[in-house]
Amino acid sequence: MRRIITGTTCLLLTLMCLGSASAQEKSITVGWAAWDPANALMELSKDFTKKTGIQVHGEFIPWPQFQQKVFTVLNSHGDTFDVLIGDSQWIGSGAEYGHYVELSQFFKNNGIDLKKDFAAGPVHYYAQWPKGSDHYWGLPTEGDAVGWTYRKDWFAKPELKKAFKQKYGYELAPPKTWKQLKDIGEFFQGRTIDGKKVYGMAIYTKRPGDGISQGVLSAMWSWGVSMHAPDDPYDLQGYFNSDEAVDALKFYKSLYDCCVPPGSGDNYMEADLDAYTSGQVAMAMNFFAFFPGISRNPNVGDVTGYFVTPGHDGHHGTQLGGQGMSVVSYSNKKKWAKEYVKWFSQPEVQKKWWELGGYSTRKSVLNDPGFDDSEPYAKAFKESMKIVKDFWETPNYGELLDTAQRHFNQYIVGGQGTAKEALDAIVRDWHDSFEALGKYDN
Amino acid sequence: MSNATESSAARQGLRHEERPATARRRHRWALSDRALSWLFIGPTISLLLLINIFPLFWTIYLSFTNYRANIPIRPIRWVGLRNYTRIFESNEIWHYLQITAHFVVWSVLLETILGFALALLLNRKFRGHGLLSTLLVLPMLLSPALVGLFWKYIFDPQVGVFNYIVNYLLNAGSFSMLSNPHLAPWAVVAVDVWMWTPFIMLLCLAGLQSVPDALYEAAEIDRASRWQKFWAVTFPHVLPLLSIAVLFRAMESFKVFGLVMQLTGGGPGGATELMSVAVKRAAFVTWKTGWGAALAIVMFVIVFGASAVFVRYLNRVSQR
Repeated sequence: MRRIITGTTCLLLTLMCLGSASAQEKSITVGWAAWDPANALMELSKDFTKKTGIQVHGEFIPWPQFQQKVFTVLNSHGDTFDVLIGDSQWIGSGAEYGHYVELSQFFKNNGIDLKKDFAAGPVHYYAQWPKGSDHYWGLPTEGDAVGWTYRKDWFAKPELKKAFKQKYGYELAPPKTWKQLKDIGEFFQGRTIDGKKVYGMAIYTKRPGDGISQGVLSAMWSWGVSMHAPDDPYDLQGYFNSDEAVDALKFYKSLYDCCVPPGSGDNYMEADLDAYTSGQVAMAMNFFAFFPGISRNPNVGDVTGYFVTPGHDGHHGTQLGGQGMSVVSYSNKKKWAKEYVKWFSQPEVQKKWWELGGYSTRKSVLNDPGFDDSEPYAKAFKESMKIVKDFWETPNYGELLDTAQRHFNQYIVGGQGTAKEALDAIVRDWHDSFEALGKYDN
Repeated sequence: MSNATESSAARQGLRHEERPATARRRHRWALSDRALSWLFIGPTISLLLLINIFPLFWTIYLSFTNYRANIPIRPIRWVGLRNYTRIFESNEIWHYLQITAHFVVWSVLLETILGFALALLLNRKFRGHGLLSTLLVLPMLLSPALVGLFWKYIFDPQVGVFNYIVNYLLNAGSFSMLSNPHLAPWAVVAVDVWMWTPFIMLLCLAGLQSVPDALYEAAEIDRASRWQKFWAVTFPHVLPLLSIAVLFRAMESFKVFGLVMQLTGGGPGGATELMSVAVKRAAFVTWKTGWGAALAIVMFVIVFGASAVFVRYLNRVSQR
């Protein structure tokens, strides 16, 4: 009897070990930032596990450490991530330094036609490197851009509507131009609404990371600014420090000076979200990724409207956010990782991704007749995807970004120097950076 | 143990071959004093070499190269003194040094004055002495990043208690400590002083309590005034410990990072961008690893040089 019990126990233990070993083997790890869309993706991935038996684990890193931690892993050729949902700016270094697996052939073999199936902007910025080529390193995953939320209830108050029209000569409504945005900001700044002092708007101003640049660039794209000559990506002089660029930067500073709550010199996504959801501001700049959360927020969800970043003088643009999905070349599970990418690209999966709060950029989802009314922010998102532009995606983007962050923050928040001086300094530093990489050797 | 056995056998007049087998066996396995001491300090020395000395030399080497940690496939090229010349040619280094000097000088000065004053207060016995001592020491037990985070809320112009108090007392209107480039450096100094004054206080208190009562009694007999007692008896006794405290604080203040990153992130407009923040940005944001390493070495040389001078002064003080 004792032998039987011992033998059965041994057998069960062996089976359990084998079982857990095989479960461990059949799994992949997805790396992304720690935020709501990542949780939605985990929910969605349960379908993938059901279909393939491959478990999907998430390695989600808080935003402030996201870039540094991911690149520490990639630079040391670590296999922490099998699939990485990395920022759009990483595509250059991912491709050129061998961190990402090229997926062009894989897409072809599996009938995935990015140009045909996905919106053009996201494909250009999340997948393609070099730009304009047929080489793809990622699949558009979380389409995102800088957009705006506003207090519909405040905008609808008859006394405020009347006072606004009297002062500015046009209706109080979501702004179509940056000038209107400033008018509205000034109008609400310091006003008392429902017994509480409120402010005009919350905008990005943060120095560490990429905060202030995301805000300034949104204005610059609407002023028609370009970072370089159309036919030469390293010809910088006269583009990013053009008169239009100077005007856009000055205008952004004027928003900081006139229309934000006190102590807004270190604002980025979370701070803007807090300012808006706590009822401090009439309007807030933020990424679309936060809008599903805002629409469900008990304080402001029902009274929030959404609008696309305004235009200026016939130009219209906004800064791209979001990420693409890439397979990490140091992964030991590339086959399963590719399987996951293929599964994620499917129309029905993309549809469910949108329903769960992710931002699909697949045309079948965006062009669905019911899309615009599916969520209160859906239409603004679709419009934004047509006008997005991104910062540098070259391998040295980190250096270029830090330069921009420093000079923007010194000028806007620190009040040092002029807009022209700040932009000249940025162009000079960018030139030095490209020169160090040998881009002007010929 | 083995030495004791050997000497006992020798005292008994036994030749080596005639000593008990157990003693011989022990001798074979026993360690000499030198071996034993190496065994004890070996792990520590290995760890020191591995996590302190090797990275230091590796950083020195990298500072003479064009290495970028984000381009592992690019061969590392020796660039001689180029990183250093570029550092000293740029205006940025002077900006960082100026801001760091402002922070170090003011924070250490205020901590020393307040720490010494608090130590004098706590050197007397009074009701609630124990509770007050414990409360005063609490800030230095907290994590700098955490301190930075909650002071950020305290300084918040909307909901922070600091603005509320200032407005209540001075009616200063709406202002922000951390978004104002003139006030932010003082906000960082204030938080560092709040956190580290207890450290100086503790060392000063130890110095105060080591002063023999006989000296005060002698001073009393000589009819010395309170100021004379302080200047001739108390201060000289506390000075060595106070100097050590100042040295530690100066070194630490020069390297402060977590607190500033949480509180201001180097902003607004670079007003609190200390050397340590600049090194981190060079190494892990722009990935100019060689340049960042050179910046770190410059910082190391400044701290090391200043500390060496101070230690010499300290030796002179303690020899008096």
